[in-house]
Amino acid sequence: MDLVWDGIREAVRILITGDEGVWEITFRSLYISGSATAIALVLGIGAGALLAFRRFPGRNLAVTLVNTGMGLPPVVVGLIVAVMLWRSGPFGQLHLIYTPGAMIIAQVVIATPLVTGFSLAALGALPPRLRPQLYALGASRLQMLWLVLIEARLPLFAAIMAGFGAAVSEVGASLMVGGNLAGDTRVLTTAVVLEVSKGNLDVAMALSFILLVLILLVVGVLTTVQQRERRS
Amino acid sequence: MTSLLFGRDMLARTYRGTVLLVALALLLLAGACGSSKDELILATTTSTQDSGLLDVLVPQFEDQYDYNVKVIAVGSGEALAMGERGDADVLLVHSPGAEQDFMDAGDGINRQPVMHNDFVIVGPADDPAGVADASTAAGAFAAIAEAGAPFISRGDDSGTNARELQVWEAAGIDPAGQSWYEETGQGMGATLQVANQKNGYTLSDRATFLATQDSLDLEVLGEGDARLLNIYHVIQVNPDNFDDLNDQGAADFVGFMVASDTQATIGEFGVDDYGEPLFVPDAGKPEPGS
Repeated sequence: MDLVWDGIREAVRILITGDEGVWEITFRSLYISGSATAIALVLGIGAGALLAFRRFPGRNLAVTLVNTGMGLPPVVVGLIVAVMLWRSGPFGQLHLIYTPGAMIIAQVVIATPLVTGFSLAALGALPPRLRPQLYALGASRLQMLWLVLIEARLPLFAAIMAGFGAAVSEVGASLMVGGNLAGDTRVLTTAVVLEVSKGNLDVAMALSFILLVLILLVVGVLTTVQQRERRS
Repeated sequence: MTSLLFGRDMLARTYRGTVLLVALALLLLAGACGSSKDELILATTTSTQDSGLLDVLVPQFEDQYDYNVKVIAVGSGEALAMGERGDADVLLVHSPGAEQDFMDAGDGINRQPVMHNDFVIVGPADDPAGVADASTAAGAFAAIAEAGAPFISRGDDSGTNARELQVWEAAGIDPAGQSWYEETGQGMGATLQVANQKNGYTLSDRATFLATQDSLDLEVLGEGDARLLNIYHVIQVNPDNFDDLNDQGAADFVGFMVASDTQATIGEFGVDDYGEPLFVPDAGKPEPGS
């Protein structure tokens, strides 16, 4: 138990003294996972809408794949992205391996199925007659998509939270494709792994608390917006 | 018709916001990819990172030469494999047998001794297997096997793991599959933590043990055997094998590691924190132990 209290004390100390390195990796976590979530939203909402509104051969298979993808093991994603991006891999020439860009790609792969699945559920729950009505009122296809997304915006917040949560808390893929480079690709989760192996358990605990607080803040803001929308 | 559900303004706003979001995301991705300096990938062992040595040396190297060094800390086995595939430019490793195979296969050039320290057998202070009484490393391992005391192996094909298996061989024991023998598959620091929790023995490089012992209840119980010498070499990946290696950077790094200033830094590293150096500089000397 001492370790927990030491960890909390160390976390508070780091946050108060404003340790530069810790702020840096905290903002990097936010930046990498935030970017990945933004891209995953665009891809995932598009795919979710396609699956919710269109009937095409293989749709059931696609939905099954999306549902499977919601539990995609990050370490497997990491390995596959790494093999692709290594210099010896097919995309080696892009020199993306061990960059924040590689971590964003891996996290997009992890978060997109989650966003797709949540979007599919949110859009599928809309009244079935909404779309024919919108078309009857003269909406173009694009206008229709925007209108239904706005209609479904409350459950879509859940998609953002799930996507961000998965991206920011994963460690296996980030280690493999990012390399845990100080000042470059070290994020909160990979720093925790490193500090544990260095035996700095109090620092590892402190970083863990900071990560939890970060997730709490982001999800808290999103939830507040979501609930305010619900009331208005 | 838009005014039916929402104002036209809101629709336009949301549309514009999303376009901005997409543009921003793409911009971020592009920004994250670009780097003006030439990158140099150094594949090395966990011990050089966990001990903190590279946190000192790499910034010095980056000050002197204009490279963006990417330190990938893995076991020596994986580091050599990265060299074989051309996924790293230069290696800092401590697995002499595997290094020799690497050189013989034509995968590397410019192999130079950098430093050494030694491996130590660590275990719980009450030493249930009586390891401290053994006069050799092999004798110590035999005592552990006889007592059936937990032994925590790296099991990750690292330099330390390779050395540990050599000692078992010297002791005439095959530890694989024994109930008291466990493999973590992780780095030295993490393996020491497991040994600590399980009251077990393990083989560690001295640098990582000294750097992490504050969080451990383990003690050095066996040391000094010639079989426990731990020698680090720097190796440049053979530039003839791959087109896109940073061979100039790799050659600069090899030169930096054996330069007298760097060697002096290595010889002093750890004295302030542990009262003794963690590594002994070796450049230009005959192979230690040979």
